[in-house]
Amino acid sequence: MKALVKNKNWQAYQKEIADDHYYFARSCIRQNIFPAAEDVFLKIIGTELGKDIFDDVRQTTCTGIAYHSGLLPFETTMTVVAHQFALMNEAGYENFVCSCVTSFGIYSEVLETWAFFTDTLKNTREALKRSTGKTFKIPRNLVHASDVIFKYREEIAAKAKYRLVNAKTGEPLKVVDHIGCHYAKIFPEKGIGGAEYPYVLAGLIDEWGGEQVDYPERRHCCGFGFRQYLLKSNRGYSVANSKKKFDSMKPYQPDLIISNCPGCTFFLDRWQYTIAEIEGITYGANGFGIPVLTYEELAGLLLGYDPWDMGLQLHQVTVEPILDKLGIVYKPEGKYRGLNNVCLGKPVMPEILKCI
Amino acid sequence: MTLVERLRADFRMVEGLKACINCGTCTAICPAAGVSDYDPRMVVDMVQENNEETLIALLKSDTIWRCGECLSCKTRCPRENVPGYVIQALRSLSIDTGYFMESTQGRKQFALKRTIGEHILKYGYCVHVDEVNTEMFPEQGPVWDWLQKNKEQVLERLGTSYGKQQSGSLRIIPEESLRNLKRIFDETGATKRFEQIEQYARLNARQEGIDFDEGNSCEYFKKMYEK
Repeated sequence: MKALVKNKNWQAYQKEIADDHYYFARSCIRQNIFPAAEDVFLKIIGTELGKDIFDDVRQTTCTGIAYHSGLLPFETTMTVVAHQFALMNEAGYENFVCSCVTSFGIYSEVLETWAFFTDTLKNTREALKRSTGKTFKIPRNLVHASDVIFKYREEIAAKAKYRLVNAKTGEPLKVVDHIGCHYAKIFPEKGIGGAEYPYVLAGLIDEWGGEQVDYPERRHCCGFGFRQYLLKSNRGYSVANSKKKFDSMKPYQPDLIISNCPGCTFFLDRWQYTIAEIEGITYGANGFGIPVLTYEELAGLLLGYDPWDMGLQLHQVTVEPILDKLGIVYKPEGKYRGLNNVCLGKPVMPEILKCI
Repeated sequence: MTLVERLRADFRMVEGLKACINCGTCTAICPAAGVSDYDPRMVVDMVQENNEETLIALLKSDTIWRCGECLSCKTRCPRENVPGYVIQALRSLSIDTGYFMESTQGRKQFALKRTIGEHILKYGYCVHVDEVNTEMFPEQGPVWDWLQKNKEQVLERLGTSYGKQQSGSLRIIPEESLRNLKRIFDETGATKRFEQIEQYARLNARQEGIDFDEGNSCEYFKKMYEK
């Protein structure tokens, strides 16, 4: 009996992640808010690991943000998803990798719906054919981009120039992992480690030398809430939920927050600025915030990529404290430069949150 | 067909509601319940009554628009119910019947249609850098103003495809893809829903004597978006 329970627990950590030949789907939020992050992912997978990954000019949104805001019928979302699969088929791929966690939830939900309510699959095929003339095959493998980084975490560690340790003290850096709700809360079996103990980012922290921060609100939502954030009148929902997390993690003095969801990364970054300016509260040391990175930005840093080429100057919470702790060599003056090293001047500095 | 029957015919109800035992686990875990009087346990209980009048009251209420669709409730319900799916079905029915216009939160669907809804058909994505500014999104902070001021320089330096017809982030989406999205919207009911939201909003603005036009600077949009 004990062995059976152990086997069942272990199964939660098994997930089929294709080895190679990926069709990459970009994210609505990530490409706008962290505009270089997805190309860092493509560089790691393509150049560092030598895998084939296709970035299709024709791809689009999955519509997930609009669907979860109550704006679109599910029939529309299912057909747009089918259109994405048709584009993948036409490009000659069968392994779908998405950058967005909301998208990962949407694609998973659509596949489950088609499998369980078979009429919806038939109706979607007909709707896609009537509207675009296209047909599609269901992907052989569907994963989130963070799954692929997890799969190759050892290979990345082997190539890394830095580890998640304090360069001065040699101590592991304390890292908060925030998993986007739609990665595993909808379908726990589709996420590495399930919903309660997801390991997709914790595995990176462990492998790359850091220390996980376990805090009471670790699994709480960042507070996106779709329509709750997108409407200015409702945004208190979003900042209040992020604050609940910050207040909960602060006593553990984390050095860094990482997230696999573009929305969560954005909110955990920007709401620290907002809370500082409204409430006068800062969560990092010496008036700074806690730096927030995406998984590919963290991997890029450890691999030795220039932080300003990865767009880390576009985070509102200053990242220099984590660069210094990691011992990364960087040019402070390169932060606010444009093409050909042209100086663009600094942004206005916030009144309370310390930034550089 | 009664409204209860229409609601029950939605497959999200089949997935989302078996028999709720009213334990309140969903409410305990719910981020919306932590910041407002939203109570998913109560919503599911009301739906479970299968009562036409109770259902109409829900469809006309702000309550069904308070959920943040994080779906934490799906993970934790001991009976495998999904209040978040029930909410999705209620919202659809509220729009289809026009009852969404009876609540302050329901009427705000107009602002979502004018932003993320139209962005999909214009840019191919729900969000676009050209549509985000610190007046609408002040939390973006001064770093966003810096990006906007130096957009071409910064986005070029970061290797994006902003303004270009090639693969990459922030590219111009090919006409064929935008055309396909529009045709899918026409085919699957999204265009009809958008037209319905616009029509109701225009009527509501006229009734309230509020300025209404095609852009997002009119008084009616601001009221729906900000207040």
